Amino acid sequence: MSAAELKAKTFDWFDERLGLRMARDLLDHKVVPLHPGTAWYYFGGITLFLFGVQMFTGLLLLLYYRPTVAEAFDSVRFIMTRVEFGWLIRSIHSWSANLLIFFAFVHMFSVMFTHSYRRPRELTWLSGIALLGLMMGFGFSGYLLPWNQISYFATKVGTDVAGTTPFVGPVLARFLRGGEDVGAATLTRFFAFHVMILPLISCGLIGLHLLLVQKAGMSTPKHLPVHDLSHMKFFPNFFLRELMVWYGVLALLGSLAAIFPWELGEKADPFASAPAGIRPEWYFLAQFYTLKLIPSHVWIIEGELLGLAGFGLLALVWVALPFWAATKPDGSGGRARLATGVGIFLVCYLFTFTLLGYFK
Amino acid sequence: MRAPKILFLLWFSVWIVPGSAAAADSCVTCHAAIDDAVKGPAALIKNDVHIAHGLSCADCHGGDRTSDDPDVSMNKAKGFKGKPARATIPKFCAACHSSPDYMRKYAPRERVDQFELYQTSVHGKRLAAGDTAVATCIDCHSVHDIRAVKDSAAPVHPLHVGETCSRCHSDAAKMAPYKIPTNQFQEYKTSVHWEALTKRGDLSAPSCASCHGNHGAKPPQVESVSAVCGSCHVLFEQLYEKSVHNAVFSAASGGGGCMVCHSNHAVHYPSTAMLAGPKAVCSGCHDAGTAPAGTATQMAGWLDGLDTALKKSETVLASAEQSGMEVSEAQVRLIDGRENLVKARLALHSMKPAEMQKPVEAGMAIAQATQKAGEFALHEKDTRRMGLAVSVLLIGIVILAIRLLLRRMESSS
Repeated sequence: MSAAELKAKTFDWFDERLGLRMARDLLDHKVVPLHPGTAWYYFGGITLFLFGVQMFTGLLLLLYYRPTVAEAFDSVRFIMTRVEFGWLIRSIHSWSANLLIFFAFVHMFSVMFTHSYRRPRELTWLSGIALLGLMMGFGFSGYLLPWNQISYFATKVGTDVAGTTPFVGPVLARFLRGGEDVGAATLTRFFAFHVMILPLISCGLIGLHLLLVQKAGMSTPKHLPVHDLSHMKFFPNFFLRELMVWYGVLALLGSLAAIFPWELGEKADPFASAPAGIRPEWYFLAQFYTLKLIPSHVWIIEGELLGLAGFGLLALVWVALPFWAATKPDGSGGRARLATGVGIFLVCYLFTFTLLGYFK
Repeated sequence: MRAPKILFLLWFSVWIVPGSAAAADSCVTCHAAIDDAVKGPAALIKNDVHIAHGLSCADCHGGDRTSDDPDVSMNKAKGFKGKPARATIPKFCAACHSSPDYMRKYAPRERVDQFELYQTSVHGKRLAAGDTAVATCIDCHSVHDIRAVKDSAAPVHPLHVGETCSRCHSDAAKMAPYKIPTNQFQEYKTSVHWEALTKRGDLSAPSCASCHGNHGAKPPQVESVSAVCGSCHVLFEQLYEKSVHNAVFSAASGGGGCMVCHSNHAVHYPSTAMLAGPKAVCSGCHDAGTAPAGTATQMAGWLDGLDTALKKSETVLASAEQSGMEVSEAQVRLIDGRENLVKARLALHSMKPAEMQKPVEAGMAIAQATQKAGEFALHEKDTRRMGLAVSVLLIGIVILAIRLLLRRMESSS
């Protein structure tokens, strides 16, 4: 039997069981439209790549991390100082988490400004927004795990804010903390969220998101003539380009981890006073700073409550974007322009308030 | 002329404020209305701790404060004592302050032995001998505006005790008859104790009263100097008492104990310059070239050596930390190293080199280990940067290879 025959036979054996031919046909037929905005297509892939990095580095960290109040901090310090390349894995995990959220935001706004959420991609938009929420949940839960001073008090503030949600606030705060205050139960439960519950939901949702992208194909900007556009084969042409970008992101991650290793800080001391300038991760800073600016009472309504209601309303408008902004199939019309305006406002707001929250 | 004016004012106040005559303290009302020296107490009492506790002028001076008639209110038959003679002031205050039953009503935790102690003090003894120039209660606590000791404006608050004592003790004219120096406060202001008290705000740092006593104030005798210092520096005193110096210094005239090396009021930061070198206090007794002088130089060398090694470690670790390296474990160990330096300085007071050698050696071992950890971290930083450069180069090559592959594929198709 020649080598070619052996290769064909092996392929046939696997195809009969796994449907490889179908997958190959799918890849052969998948194309990516070429236009000035093609570069935006890479950002979804970058986010997916960073999620993979998170899974890989997270699994390695799990080998040494111990989720108890007595051991968490020391185990992370052990990883940073004693485990071979432990510092690199932990720093990449932390930097990658931040880059993931950043690129998820870029991906979301690119979809928004190109009106790619319009019919029939409403579910793709919804699953993407849900994934962004999950990624922020990963960030919030993972922040506490090293059990250091900053993360402890930031979690206290974060769960306090969650506790002011109307009606469900106290129950939500208790559920997050596993008790009245941030403590051993909070650490255990945040660990469970971070390594089991959120990954399970995320993997399912990423699968759905990718399936929906595959089902509807790549969206093109509304003003471009769809039929006149030239295309590039997804595999291998677009895939290899995406691979180059992933390598670039990997180099960036490595550089950040080596030049600015993620610091560990001091072990959490619940009896110490909160450190000066306590603030959450950068992606919660805009909301955090807004809540700080709102007076304690506006008329008869509590300021924090008013802020949360505002965020809730904005989130609702944002989630429901495909249903109120895209009334025409090509995404044109006054509501689409309004959606663009809302998007510009949101970008300006997030950028300005994040900077203010960081520097003030 | 004065009495009708007072009576008019009292009468007027009764008419314009119904019921005020009954409620008001006639001592305050009348004295406030008088325009000469006796007005003073009425103006001062608003800050007085006794008034704050509900007491009145009459509780000390006697008389009937409810009567508007000076003949009644300041009648001896009503117990009016007037202004006490200076020599009787301690007894005057002690009438209440030495009574446990009375004091329990207002300040149950307050001591009631001040008068007894005062009688044992130099001030008390001289007063008893007829010298009324010495300090009595009011010279330190003030009069009519007496504040609680914990009140930061009180002249006897720890922050002000030095100044209060110095009002007399820095006055050369006042001290001339007693033939005692007047530079104590000036010297004290150069000391570590003054710095701790006033600059660091450590109210437990010693002021005059901490060493000399307050009500029973007298200079510590030669044999009790180390006990006075030892009331705070406990371990130092214990080691010193077992040392060869104890017996020698106790026999010395003009002060002894800790004072011989550290002075009394001008206690400065100790350094190894006290042991060796041109300003060494040891050289006052031990000539250069003698065995004790050699031991002192050796001990100074150990302390300086350990201090230098620890500082060097600190610098290396700080540099590693600034580069983003995790060196917190070594930094925690370095604290142990510093503790060993403190222990070595403490052991010095036993004047036994062998006692001092143990903490010095332990500290040196820590300094060397932390130095090594810091240097390793800095080396590790360089290795990481090198690793990063190689990785980025490899990634660049892979990206270039993919780019070339793509170009070949796309040009052929």
